[in-house]
Amino acid sequence: MALTTVDREPGQFRNASPGLQLIILGVIAIVLMVLDHRNEYLTGVRKGLSVLLYPVEVLVSAPFDLSKTLSESITTRDELQAENRRLREEALIRSASLQRMAALEAENARLRALLDSTAKVGEDMLIAEIVSVDMNPFRNMVVVNRGGQDGVYVGQPVIDADGVVGQITRDRHYTAEAMLLTDIDHAIPVEIARNRLRSIAVGTGELDRLSLPFLPGNADVREGDLLVTSGLGGKFPPGYPVATVQQVSSVTGQPFLDIDATPAAALNRMREVLLIKPDDQVGPDQTSAADAAPEQP
Amino acid sequence: MARPLRIWPALITLLTAIAIEVMPLPEVLQPFRPSLPAMALIYWTMMRPERFGLLLAFTLGIVLDILHGQLMGQNALALCVVTYITVRFHLQIRIFPLWQMTMTVLALLTLAAAVQFLVEGIAGYGLSGLRRWPAIISGTLLWQPVMALLDRVRMQSETHASNF
Repeated sequence: MALTTVDREPGQFRNASPGLQLIILGVIAIVLMVLDHRNEYLTGVRKGLSVLLYPVEVLVSAPFDLSKTLSESITTRDELQAENRRLREEALIRSASLQRMAALEAENARLRALLDSTAKVGEDMLIAEIVSVDMNPFRNMVVVNRGGQDGVYVGQPVIDADGVVGQITRDRHYTAEAMLLTDIDHAIPVEIARNRLRSIAVGTGELDRLSLPFLPGNADVREGDLLVTSGLGGKFPPGYPVATVQQVSSVTGQPFLDIDATPAAALNRMREVLLIKPDDQVGPDQTSAADAAPEQP
Repeated sequence: MARPLRIWPALITLLTAIAIEVMPLPEVLQPFRPSLPAMALIYWTMMRPERFGLLLAFTLGIVLDILHGQLMGQNALALCVVTYITVRFHLQIRIFPLWQMTMTVLALLTLAAAVQFLVEGIAGYGLSGLRRWPAIISGTLLWQPVMALLDRVRMQSETHASNF
């Protein structure tokens, strides 16, 4: 068989020895990694390539979306009616509690005005769906079907119906990458709803566990305590539920408690999420943060 | 026969492997998802080193990096190193008995994981550590069926090519 050197001629690079190729490409790869890690130089390149690869994601998630659409379109009338009834009841209950919320919010604003501190600002929401595409198995990340073209920005908080999900880490124009709060590199400032004790919840890499490594042995934490966002750090608006304390144990000889918490959001079951867009002024009210006592009691 | 070596069978198998790589799996199975793109790449560079080489490895690596949201170049570097070894020793690896070839693949997949582990460590990200092993093991176990399948694809396309 004429296995040809003719075929190889057009590409000069291919004629180089594999060793040389490895050195050249290896150096390029390392330079890329350094640029990607240290600076924002590659944001545009990455976005461009992501847009090119968007069809792959669409293709891969298509069968899963189709099966969802199918299962939606072949549900029976009875089921739909039952679901409809359930949703109506839920909406009724929610709107009833919202009425109280409105009154409380007004009261809150009045009291804040009396105290001369800034009022909590309202927020815009954008509904997004999780794309049926798996990312790096060693990180807790997801792709959502909204991107820069919908006004999504890096650092935007993501929540679902039950609590905080994570934040947007990369914009891909048509889609965006979100890091879940259980990712091993993620930390979120929280406070205990019961006594406003503040701390930081760090991801563990497991979807159902957060850890609070910075609370001293005499801190007032109990199992079942609700952790909400504290608003410090300026990324997450204050007051959203984050997790419930699952287990508190103190190790003899260690200055800090060993605390596990279960995220409030259904991180492995969610399909729809909400992207919060704080109104111009970014969420946290600086005054109360400055007034509040230092972190450790 | 203008072009005895067709590229498209390799490209199609690689694209399929990429699709499987990002396909959603149940959470329990996720750690066991083998790196099929790397395996397909090893196969094609071993069988047709005069056609598929480090450039393909680099491109595939960048594609995987983008899809996985990893550092750009991480997979590319790992796959380039693996491909270099495969191309360098393709004549030996090709005639290995099956079990020996499987062991070679185990070594190559481990090497790819080690390079990525190293990069993660230097970049200061959370380390994947032991969690990389299930995928390496499942990849090694799947090497024989994958190779049988790719052999068939290659034979088919090449006999067809010579018929025309």
